[in-house]
Amino acid sequence: MIESKTIIKVGIADMNIVKTPDIIRTSGLGSCVGVVIYDQTREVAGLAHVMLPDSSLAKSGVLNIAKYADTAIKDLVSKLIRHGARANFLKAKIAGGAQMFQFSSGNDMMRIGPRNVEAVKLELAALNIAIVAADVGGNSGRTIEFNPQNCILHIRTVNKGIQEL
Amino acid sequence: MSFIEKISSIHLDILKEIGNIGAGHAATALSKLLNKKIDMKVPNVQIVSFDEMMNMAGGAENVVAGVFLRIEGEAPGSMFFVLPVEQATSFIREMIGDESFSLESPPYSEIGLSALQELGNILSGSYLSSLSDFTNLSLYPSVPALSIDMVGAIISYGLIELSHVSDYAIVIDTALNEDEDENTEYVKGHFFLLPDPDSFQIIFKSLGVPHND
Repeated sequence: MIESKTIIKVGIADMNIVKTPDIIRTSGLGSCVGVVIYDQTREVAGLAHVMLPDSSLAKSGVLNIAKYADTAIKDLVSKLIRHGARANFLKAKIAGGAQMFQFSSGNDMMRIGPRNVEAVKLELAALNIAIVAADVGGNSGRTIEFNPQNCILHIRTVNKGIQEL
Repeated sequence: MSFIEKISSIHLDILKEIGNIGAGHAATALSKLLNKKIDMKVPNVQIVSFDEMMNMAGGAENVVAGVFLRIEGEAPGSMFFVLPVEQATSFIREMIGDESFSLESPPYSEIGLSALQELGNILSGSYLSSLSDFTNLSLYPSVPALSIDMVGAIISYGLIELSHVSDYAIVIDTALNEDEDENTEYVKGHFFLLPDPDSFQIIFKSLGVPHND
C-alpha cells in the first residue's frame, strides 16, 4: 500500500494536530519554542509554535491562544484528546528558546527565549506531561519535524545539520 | 480596537516616505562605503501577519545575514538589515580586502563579522539620523547585533514587542540592489523598520498628522 505523506506546516504563533502517516513541521524557531505533545500508541501528535511565555502579557484585542505558552499547551492537550489521544499517555518533546542576539543591556525582552522555555516547562509540569527530550537554548535557529508514527523529532540547525531526538 | 485598524492610507503613505528618506540615506552610505552604485526600490509598506513577514525576507527557513538593532528614544522600535549570505560575503570581502572570507560554516573570521556589523551600524545609523531629522524625534540605535541564521529565527526577535499587542506587523520594507544588474528581480538586501505599537502615534503626531482615536 502506498501511503501519501503530507507535511503539515505550522506557522509562527500557530498550532496543529497530526496523525500517521503525515508529519508535522515548523520552521525558523528562534526565541520561540516548538512544543510537541504526543500519544505514541494512538499515533497522534500536536505541535505548537509558542512565541511568548504568558497570556497575561497580552495588551489588547482577541487573544491568539497559540501564541502564549500557557494557553497554547492547554488548548493543544484538549485538541489532542478530541483526536483520540489519552491524557495519561501524553508525552512532550520541546525545542527552541534560543538567544539569537547578544546584547549588553539586560533588557527583559532580550531574554525571551529562556523565559519561553521556563513557561513551557512549567505548564507541562502542571498538566503532568513528561518532557522526554528537549533541545533548548543556544543561539541558533531551528526547524523541527515530528513523525507521530515513530515519535522522532528531527531538529535542523544551520550549522549543526540534522539531529534526532 | 487594535492599533492597526486605526491606520489609514494616508498613514501608510507617510510611513512609505519615512522608508524612502531613511533607506535613501542608507543606500548613499552603502554606495560610498563600497564605491559602487546602489539602486533602491520604492519602499513597500504593508500590514502583514508574522508568517507573511517571514516570506517577505525569503521564507522562514532561508539562511541570511541579519543585523538587528533596537531603536531607543522617543519612538522605540526594531530595525533589521537583512542580506542574503552570498551578498554579505561579497560585501565583507570588499570591505576587508580578503577574498578568502566565507560565511559557509563557522567559525567565521572575527574581522569579517566585525566588518559586517559595522556595515549594519553605518547603514542603520544613516537611516535613523535622517528619520530623526525628518520627524524631530530623538532616536538612538542600540549597538547592532549580528546573526547568520534562518529568517524566521532572526525576524521573530523583532516581532516580540509587537506580538504583545497584535498578530500583525506594519513593516516598512526597502529593497536594495546593486546597480549593475538592474534587470534581475533578485533583491540584494532589505531594510525592515518595525516601530513599536505605541510609536506610530508619536511619529504621526510629530509630523502633524492626526491619528484617529
